[in-house]
Amino acid sequence: MKEPLPSSSSKDAVPVTLTVNGKKHDLRIDPRTTLLDCLREHLHLTGSKKGCDHGQCGACTVHINGRRVNSCLCFAAMHEGEEITTLEGIGQPENLHPVQAAFVACDAYQCGYCTSGQIMSAVALLKEPCGPEDADVKELMSGNICRCGAYPNIVAAIQSVRQNAKQPKAG
Amino acid sequence: MKTFALTRASDSAQAIATAAKATTAQQGAEIRFIGGGTTLIDLMKLNVEQPKTLVDINRLPLDKIEALPDGGLTIGAVVRNSDLAYHPLVRKNYAVLSEAILSGASAQLRNMATTAGNLLQRTRCMYFRATDMPCNKREPGSGCAAITGANRSLAILGTSEHCIATNPSDMNVAMAALEATIHVRGTKGERSIPIADFHVLPGDTPQRETVLEPGDLITHVAIPPPAPGSRSLYLKLRDRASYEFALASAAVVATVVDGKVTRARIALGGVGTKPWRSTEAEGELTGQPATQAVFQKAADAALRDARPQSENDFKVELAKRCLVHALKLATQPA
Repeated sequence: MKEPLPSSSSKDAVPVTLTVNGKKHDLRIDPRTTLLDCLREHLHLTGSKKGCDHGQCGACTVHINGRRVNSCLCFAAMHEGEEITTLEGIGQPENLHPVQAAFVACDAYQCGYCTSGQIMSAVALLKEPCGPEDADVKELMSGNICRCGAYPNIVAAIQSVRQNAKQPKAG
Repeated sequence: MKTFALTRASDSAQAIATAAKATTAQQGAEIRFIGGGTTLIDLMKLNVEQPKTLVDINRLPLDKIEALPDGGLTIGAVVRNSDLAYHPLVRKNYAVLSEAILSGASAQLRNMATTAGNLLQRTRCMYFRATDMPCNKREPGSGCAAITGANRSLAILGTSEHCIATNPSDMNVAMAALEATIHVRGTKGERSIPIADFHVLPGDTPQRETVLEPGDLITHVAIPPPAPGSRSLYLKLRDRASYEFALASAAVVATVVDGKVTRARIALGGVGTKPWRSTEAEGELTGQPATQAVFQKAADAALRDARPQSENDFKVELAKRCLVHALKLATQPA
């Protein structure tokens, strides 16, 4: 049975200033509020998705100070002063991040529910010590579950971005 | 989730003084330090943990990995698993530790999880995680539903009639083989605890998992210098290729000179109620030729006292083969 979301009117509510996608937000939240719930329910940034809510599926992946984390396993009030980046801060429909464009080009999704987390993971992976092979990408993407099974195309999308990044720019 | 007060420790002394007011540092502690939160928040959502106060220790200056003058390494309590696994000195001198950490969890979780938190990682036994089931670890005296229930993934070494929960950590297994020392600061000052003495067997008090007392703050972990000429590795066997807990794993640190094993440190994961150092296996290896027959004797010795449950007798053979294969890989000519 799901418990109701913590209310910001709770007597234990705490003030917190969060920096999300470069913008500061002054909030008053119940300390139980996860970063994921805070993003979705308080800031209405619904790009980050709730799948398992226990750090097992990766749908909630965001970046804190440039590193990918499961936002469902973070208390929002512990992340004051840190740079939080969500899918909304990575790219927009008219200005896609190369990883987003590659997901479109490679058809790297079906239902799309896990896609935000996949993209946030993939963007972070580009800066991590990841070997060149598909197997290396699969290993470092194993924290993002896709129940439609779009994995081959997700790996292809990520590898295409890595290949393009390696090629010298023309001109 | 039950509500709690969230506080941030300004220094270690304050964190210790706050936590010292708890009646226990074990299961059911009213005051908890929080680092990465990957275990604690998960268990709080399940109401398995219901702390009334959380002390955020993430901004304490315990986030450094430093080389020691003797060639060893100290690792701060809040060093993230990914930073530890990818650190050049760890990769160079302690491959077993890097491999063990990278074999566990996911990239996201490794970015969050801390060194001290991993030492205190809780079992994945499904009965421990389900508050509507009996579990002596969660609720002493309520019984162990796993012994007569779903126990395929649970322990075969170090169990008792009260608890068969597996210690799930990969890092701890490597730390056991590396003979790490855990440095703790508490109300009575500082002390250091060899990892072999840090976790305790369940016996008739499975709610007690470590020797930590209220107020005890893990400050850092020290690893001795690498044994000259040694090689180390971690081999993990599981139900899927990635992002899964071990059914059996082996951490091996071995030195081979002229075809003979001159020194070996062995620890097993996925099979013990604590990170399972096997001095029995080490005894069978030391001074013996690095051959399949010797490795098999070592594996037999490591699992001699295994007590499988109704669904996990396969683990006895799996753990043996895991250790034999790990020894082969660690001792083959470069």
